[in-house]
This record gives sequence, C-alpha cells and structure tokens, in this order.
Amino acid sequence: MDMSEEVLQQASPGLIPGSGTARAAKPTRLSPSFISWLQAGPMMLVFLAFFLIPLVFVVIVSFWDYNEYQLLPAFSGRGYTDTFEGCIAQLPDLCTIGKTYLKTLKLCFLVWAITLFIGFWVAYFLAFHVKSKTWQMGLSLLCTIPFWTSNVIRMIAWIPLLGRNGLVNSGLVKTGLINHPLEWLLFSEFSVVLALVHLFTFFMVVPIFNSMIRIDKSLIEAAYDAGATGVQTLVNVIIPLAKPGIVIGSIFVITIVMGDFITIGVMGGQQIAAAGKIIETRVNALQFPAAAANAVILLAITFLIITMMSRIVDIKKEL
Amino acid sequence: MSETTRTKGVSRRTLLKGTASLAGLAAGSGAITGFPYVKSAETKVLRYLGTAVNEGDDISKQCLKDTGIKIEYITATTDDVTKRVMTQPNSFDVLDTEYFSLKKIVPSGNILALDARKIKQFDNITPVFTKGETPGGKKIGGQGTAPWKVLYLEGKDSKKFATSATEFVTLIPTVYNADTLGIRPDLIKRPISSWSELLNPEFKGKASILNIPSIGIMDAAMVVEATGKYKYADKGNMTKEEIDLTMKVMTEAKKAGQFRAFWKDFNESVNLMASGETVIQSMWSPAVTKVRSMGIACTFQPLKEGYRSWASGFCVSKGVSGAKLEWAYEFVNWFLSGYAGAYLNRQGYYSAVLSTAKAHMEPYEWAYWMEGKPAEKDIKAPDGSLLEKAGAVRDGGSYEDRMGGVACWNAVMDENDYMVRKWNEFIAA
Repeated sequence: MDMSEEVLQQASPGLIPGSGTARAAKPTRLSPSFISWLQAGPMMLVFLAFFLIPLVFVVIVSFWDYNEYQLLPAFSGRGYTDTFEGCIAQLPDLCTIGKTYLKTLKLCFLVWAITLFIGFWVAYFLAFHVKSKTWQMGLSLLCTIPFWTSNVIRMIAWIPLLGRNGLVNSGLVKTGLINHPLEWLLFSEFSVVLALVHLFTFFMVVPIFNSMIRIDKSLIEAAYDAGATGVQTLVNVIIPLAKPGIVIGSIFVITIVMGDFITIGVMGGQQIAAAGKIIETRVNALQFPAAAANAVILLAITFLIITMMSRIVDIKKEL
Repeated sequence: MSETTRTKGVSRRTLLKGTASLAGLAAGSGAITGFPYVKSAETKVLRYLGTAVNEGDDISKQCLKDTGIKIEYITATTDDVTKRVMTQPNSFDVLDTEYFSLKKIVPSGNILALDARKIKQFDNITPVFTKGETPGGKKIGGQGTAPWKVLYLEGKDSKKFATSATEFVTLIPTVYNADTLGIRPDLIKRPISSWSELLNPEFKGKASILNIPSIGIMDAAMVVEATGKYKYADKGNMTKEEIDLTMKVMTEAKKAGQFRAFWKDFNESVNLMASGETVIQSMWSPAVTKVRSMGIACTFQPLKEGYRSWASGFCVSKGVSGAKLEWAYEFVNWFLSGYAGAYLNRQGYYSAVLSTAKAHMEPYEWAYWMEGKPAEKDIKAPDGSLLEKAGAVRDGGSYEDRMGGVACWNAVMDENDYMVRKWNEFIAA
C-alpha cells in the first residue's frame, strides 16, 4: 500500500499538463476521472480498512450481548440501556452518564476557549510580527516541546510544581500571600485544564498560523489606508480570513479532549469522570459491547459538535 | 496505563516483515487473532504473557542457562493480560496470571490445565494454595477468589472447578503476597491499626485508593467492615445491595473531600506517597519498597482486620502441544526449583515452593524476609541495591503472621458487571 502511494506521488507531477516530463509527452489513454480515482484510491482504501470497517464493527458489537468472558452475537440493547441506567428514575438529579458528559463538555469548552485565545495570539505574533521565515519555523517548533516527553513523565512532572509541597505553593506561602498550601492546584479541574491547554495549544497555533500566513498583506494595508483602526482590521479582516484555521484547530482540540481519559485521569487524580474513562473501564472489565455502545455515544456527540462548527464555516469552500 | 509489549528475538519480526501489509490489513479488520510463529528446531522458545511481577531479566537469563529455554516476555497490566487471553489465545505459550481472573479465563476454554503429576515439586507447594492454611497450621481467610477454590478442574477439558484435589491444575502457583495500606509514619505520627483509618476525617484530602474496580472494591469493603457499618457474608462476592452500600460509603467520603487522588499505575502510587500528597493509601509491597529506597519513611502497615491477598501462577495456551508443551513443563519445573523463588522472596513477594527457595537464599536473608527477624546484615534487592540496613524488621513480620493474617483475596464477583457500573458512578460522583 505504501509502495503504490509512492508510485502515484512520483507519477502525479507527470500528469500535470505542460510539466514537460517524458510521461506527459506520451499520449495517455487514461480518462481524467479514472486518474483522479487512482490518486484518491490509496487514501480511500486506508480510510476504509482502518477507519470505516472497524467503525462498522464497533457499531455492530455495541448491539451485542455479553457475559463475563465472551461476546454473544445476539441483538441486545443492553450496552445502551445499562449506560443510561437511572437517567429517568433519578430525575431531576443527573444519572452517571449525564454527569460524565456534562463534566466532559465543561472541560472541553474551557480547554477550547483558552487554547483558542492563546493559540490565536501566538499565531498572530508568528504570522505578523516575526518577519523572518527561519524564526517563524524555529518558534513554531518551540511549541512542540511539550510533546518531547512521554505522557506519564509529563504528568508526574506537575506534582513537584503544583503539589501540596510543590514550588508554587511553597513560593506563595513564603511570600506570605497564603497561609496554607492551595489544594486545588493539583488533582482538580484546574490542573486538568492547565495540562490540556499546555498540551493542545499547539494544535490551535498551527492551523491558525497557516491561515494567517496566507492572508494577502495588501488587504491589511488597504484597511489601514481606508482608516481602519487596529481592532477594526482584526475583527473585519484578519479574523474572518483566519476562520478556516480557527475551525480546524477547534476540531482538533475538541475531538482530542472529548476522548481523553489519560490526562484527565492523571491530572484529576482519577476523581473526575470522563467519557473516555467509562469506555476504558468497560473494556478492562471485558464488557466490550458496553464499551462499544459508549464509544458510539461519544462519537455521535463529538460528531454533532463538529457538524455544528462546520455549519458556521464551510471549510471545503474556504480552503 | 503501561501497556508495553516486550519481545525478544527477531524470528517473528522477520516473518512479519514479509507479510507486513497483508497482516496489517487483516489485523485492522479484526481477522487475525494472534501472531503466527515459527517453530524452530534449534532453540526452545516460549512466549510468556504476564504482568511485570515475575518477569525479571535475571530469571529469563538464568532459565536459558539452566534449561536452554529462551523466554520471550510479553508484559501487560493485569486487565490487559486477561483481555489478551480472551481475544488472542494464540499470541502466547505460557500464561502467568492471577487466580481471580480464572473465573473469566476458564469458561472461555482458551487455556490448558497442567498435569500435577508432571510437576516435580507439586507436593511441596505451600499449603496456602492447597489447603488454605499456613505451614504452621493457621487457617487463612477465604473470602473472594481464594486460590484453593479454583486450583483444580474436574477433568482435562472441564470448565468446572473441582471441590477436591484432581491432577488437573488450573494454575501452578508461583507467587503471592498479602497487601495492606501504606502509610507515612513521619507525617501521621501515631500508630495506625485499622483499615477504617482510610476514611478518618483526620486524613481529609490525604487519602487514596486504587482505581482498579476489582481490587479497589475489596479495599473499600475492608474499610467499610472496619468502620463497623456492615459485615459482609463474602466481601469477594457481594450482592447488589452490598455493592450499593459499599459505594455509598465511599461516595460520601469522596464528596467530603477525603481522597486526594485515586491511583491506577504503580508509579502514581509511589509519587503520591513520596511527595506527601497522600499519607495513607492502598498500596502494593514493591511500591512501599520504592518509596523507602528514596529515603522517605513509608510503612506497609499491618492492620488488625487482616490483609487482602493475591496470588498468581502458570498455565499454558490451549494452542500449545507436543514438544512445546514439554518445554512448558520443563520451564514450570525450573521456575519452582529455587532460583526464581529466591529472587521473588528477595523482592518481598512469596514463592510457592518454600523449601527450594530457602536453599537458594542466605540464612540471614531467609530470617529477615520469611521469619520476621531483625536483619543481621544489610538487606539487598536482587539487583544489589540496598533495601534495609542491618537491624531492620520486615513490616508485618514473618510469613506465618502475614499470610496467616489474610482476610480476603482479590476477586471477580458474580455481580461484576453491576459493580463496574457502580464504580463508574463513584468516579463520576
């Protein structure tokens, strides 16, 4: 599969009219639509084999029954009914799944809003204030530093910083700002959001930067010449033109945070529910259909959010 | 979660390379349940699936030296080991797993019981496994999935556990231990003697419990019983009402801010304790050792209600037969012959055959680890690092005292499905 992709990539320049290679000189008998299919084919096959087919399996299995040690391939809604257990009986209190999703969505929103804010300004700085290409590259690479360490190490590293006896707390106590260490710095929603923002701002920076760098500088000059203030230029020129980047970055961040359970688990002291955590617990208990049902629910909700976002901006058109 | 798969040797990798794309496609579509393997005439290779507990490099090296059998470790967490047995029974030869998972594994028919008559040391296996008592005759608590309840099968291909001894053994015992709460004596500054202290408001925001439902619920039950709120008929097999009650007590404590964090990973438990984020928590023996080796006071505190115990052993995949099965017997026999047992004892675990392990240990080591006597000399770990200075006494004392004080065993309950749901609710509360 890798081979064919390479071959296609090598062949494709030859298919562009007038590129002057030996291939273009030969009369070609392949129809343009066939060539398009050929080019898109490998990706489609990968997508089919590694995404669509497994996804279909997940949906099928989510409607199976199970016992302690095996899947029972008979139709059953048990995975779903178990998941929504108590949702009507416990009203007006929220059931487990309701609470879990409310929490997940809250974390997701906070992380999205903060990464968007930080990511936008970092991208703005890189695109408009850093003139040299080399510096732009160098500074973007700096944003990847959080990814250089393993997940577990990264998490554990927060303890000496934010912990009860950590740097921040001992610093604050010494300066006399507080008398007792702040407990909410670690193993709290605060620390979860902090860790997620620290990790995923990069996913906002890259697409927004990519959109901004392609904004025609003469548009900004024109706005300036027409008497627009800095804020007006930002709101009426830059933000609308950076929209595709904003939406793509948002999709990255939202999908990752919705499914995350490792960061939320470690930084939340395993005391904060996450949609992904439910799936993990179920899988570990060998309750695959229930896990699959939860995965389908998570997928549906994430898909809904993404659909709403792409309603706001038509990415295909903008690209 | 540490899901590391270590493989040694290249035969499988080379084979896979040739068919990588095909295998990848098939694996992706779920068509493959295990890796193919090459039968080699020259080297005796066994793929060994288990948790990191028994999988020392020294053990595999010594085994190769003594028997010519090359062990390829496949390391996974307890949950992942079980998952792999269910879904990829052909991906391993020898299985090292815990007794409580047998309730899931045996009905699946994916493992082969071993023949007790082919295990040379079988009659010397500690009575902890066979009779439920210590060598000194102390009766051991049998709540939960105690090994002697699931040690034998009725027949070779039977899926039923036999009530009396047969020659078909589900798991040949290897290693076990008695777990309890770990504490920071330097921060607590008073004696701790009961599981109920975990919920003592004195330690608000400084307690922790493990977030592995099947083990966490047992610790929770020990706590609930210690507070005097309820007495279980069998902590390891609760009714739905009992699960509700247990989770209610724990949820109230959680909402009141009793717990600093839950832990799931060995290193997490070490870090929580070492950093002083927690001062009392469920813990495993090697984690306590690790905290202590950092120069921080940490005690594996014996408690009056007793220990929660676990045990593991060997069986083979149902796909193993012929010469390979003979190697598996050879390996298991080697494992019980002393070197490995001594190695495990020196880590603070217990070996299944005590006599052979004793022969491989120095008398002062045996006195410290097994007899609860003060160390005559410095106590060293298998890798040579210093564990305890001369004069130290093991927490909990002797083998008799520790194993004799076991109250319950890690378990899979009949209401496991319900318990897991309630556990999720507890985390979300």
